[in-house]
Amino acid sequence: MENEENDDDRIEEPSMSRREIVVPGECLGERNGRKLGRGVYIEDEKIYAKIVGIPIINENEIKLIPMSGAYMPVINDNIIGIISKIESSGWLVDIASPYEAYLPVSDGVDEFVDIHKTDLSRFFDIGDVIFCKLSKVTRDGSVRASMRSLGARKLFGGVVMDIEPTKVPRIIGRGGSMINMIKERTDSAIYVGKNGLIWIRGDNKEKAIEAIKIIEKESHSTGLTDRIEKLLDVQGEENDEN
Amino acid sequence: MKSYAYDLLINDKRIDGRKLDEYRTIEIKQDRIKHADGSAVVTIGKTKVMVGVKMEVGTPFSDTPDEGTLMVNSEFAPIASPDFETGPPNEDSVELARVVDRGLRESHCVDFKKLCITSGEKVWTVFVDIHIINDDGNLIDCSFLASLAALMNTKLPSLDDENKVIRGESEENLEVNHQPIEVTVSKLEDKFILDPDADEEKTINCKLTVAVREDDMICALQKQGNLELSIEDTKKIIEIAIEKSKELRKFL
Amino acid sequence: MYKVKKMTKTDEKLVVNGKRLDGRSLKDLRNIEMSIDVIDRANGSARVKFGDTEAITSVFGPRKLYPRFMQEADTGIIRYRYNMAPFSVIDRKRPGPGRRGMEISKVSKLAFEPSTILDDFPRTVVDIFTEIIQADGSTRVTGINAASMALATAGVPMKDLVVACSVGKIGDELVVDLNGLEDNNSEADVAIAMLPTRGKISLLQMDGRLTKEEMFKLIDFAVETCTIIHEKQKEAIKQHYESKRNLEEEDENE
Repeated sequence: MENEENDDDRIEEPSMSRREIVVPGECLGERNGRKLGRGVYIEDEKIYAKIVGIPIINENEIKLIPMSGAYMPVINDNIIGIISKIESSGWLVDIASPYEAYLPVSDGVDEFVDIHKTDLSRFFDIGDVIFCKLSKVTRDGSVRASMRSLGARKLFGGVVMDIEPTKVPRIIGRGGSMINMIKERTDSAIYVGKNGLIWIRGDNKEKAIEAIKIIEKESHSTGLTDRIEKLLDVQGEENDEN
Repeated sequence: MKSYAYDLLINDKRIDGRKLDEYRTIEIKQDRIKHADGSAVVTIGKTKVMVGVKMEVGTPFSDTPDEGTLMVNSEFAPIASPDFETGPPNEDSVELARVVDRGLRESHCVDFKKLCITSGEKVWTVFVDIHIINDDGNLIDCSFLASLAALMNTKLPSLDDENKVIRGESEENLEVNHQPIEVTVSKLEDKFILDPDADEEKTINCKLTVAVREDDMICALQKQGNLELSIEDTKKIIEIAIEKSKELRKFL
Repeated sequence: MYKVKKMTKTDEKLVVNGKRLDGRSLKDLRNIEMSIDVIDRANGSARVKFGDTEAITSVFGPRKLYPRFMQEADTGIIRYRYNMAPFSVIDRKRPGPGRRGMEISKVSKLAFEPSTILDDFPRTVVDIFTEIIQADGSTRVTGINAASMALATAGVPMKDLVVACSVGKIGDELVVDLNGLEDNNSEADVAIAMLPTRGKISLLQMDGRLTKEEMFKLIDFAVETCTIIHEKQKEAIKQHYESKRNLEEEDENE
């Protein structure tokens, strides 16, 4: 389980382009005292890839940007979760990962709660959607969520969709450009979780969902940004006509 | 899982004082089960396996109308180990039966063409039923020895005019033309180990079973365990098995 | 009406003048096709064809493992299920694993255990399902090749890709990649799986009759062949992701 900050390097590092994709078992060089990031392992002082990914190799560290994989919780990630169970002093949250997160009452609610007298479903009920932060992730897979962070909130109405977590940076776009375009053009409220869950609300959410699905699945088409613009433009025009 | 057995083995020691390539005491009792057409009980140390052979009249496979058939079954009886459960055969039991089957079948120790009664209609089916009585490690080697020993004292029942079996009467023995032996060699760190007992087996995660005929032909291989084997070690193990099989064959 | 390929026992000579009945030389592989991400709902998937043998593998996970008592506190586990579709063989095969399916599932799982690195995923399971769609010999190794790529596509960490092939003896010759007819009429056939960059064997099964020298030679053939298949696996995986990536980056630079 990793407790490092997560990578948005894929979007932010333009010089990465011609680095070759590596597959598990390929050797990436000698360790030479460098820090080892995700996706690599060491054997006899040599570093090898353990997933399919794009290597980031410099004097300080060796790591891989994964091409795919289930979401593994990382501390401080902002994620979308769905309340799945109410426990005696908190809630279990489904975060689309093999591990569930636990949201303790103390980190979920600002007011004082007498857990013996209060029905916790008053605050979060099964099926409720939240945008929150992962406050703790331990080696054996215990994950803690917290609403004590900027932007954390319960999300009312809307729908939740599920995409591959490695595509999240693509959905967000450079500096948020892609997701903001979708929000504006479809007039939707959208929250994107690092865990690949996305919450959307708005009269035009279907178009937003369609756009997101296209980005996730058909990124092999040329001119994806243009294509999404066009898709949303048509919708935009229709809106104007109304 | 590091245990006392592991500590001993990597220091070339074993709790009963054996060398790493020594088998425990082997005893073969033939013809032990009255109602079987052939049988044997083999003990290797405290591991005990009983095999009964029954000859039944059956139908041939469509692509071999003139040949008898072989069916090997294994029962990990719950009496034999705290780790054996009741119920249908689990994957280990199935694997053991199939590995023994291949050693017997591929070595051609029984000539199936001689087991034809009426071509395309009736042939002898050789049922080899392996019953584990006590599991103190090395089940495959013990089961194979017992299976071959049982075949070697199997009598072919007499048939009446309608080719039905007459139980209790026999005029001839089943012909066994070869003496294959299955030797399972284990690898632990850099050591090669033969005939591990139950405690030793728990620490071993890499084994290769080799079926060797009396003319040194290799008839079956089955790698077990979740650790990998180098090419070198694979070849070494095959050589160890060929050597050892000669010793074990003397017990038959 | 389709043309039935003969796969049962035959008296025909399988090798004549160094050429096999399907025109291959002794060490030729059949035509290999590999594709990735063929099943949308799986975390990772792949289809592999060796000649007419076709396997599709889906990988689900790492995911939560139930029942709880099967969970390992400090690591994830893998499960492997090999299954032949009823229509994969000439005479319909009854559905269900049977003893053969159980054994193949067991040894296939063990072929991957030396490679998968699951200690970062405690209490989870990675489920690997291999379906044989068409059987023309060497089905278990075709399945393993597909599973290897499916695991990589699913992002399951591994020390090495796992590569597998069959070798054997037909007529009096040592050959590589046996088809159905050759398999059923072989003097010996061997299935082998390896961690290619480490040169280590993770699955080895043989039946038939071989001298020690023949066996050693076949092991060497298998290592050579696995190297070739490994290159194809790498290429298939890289090409799959490269094509997506090239155009994504063009996009970002617009």
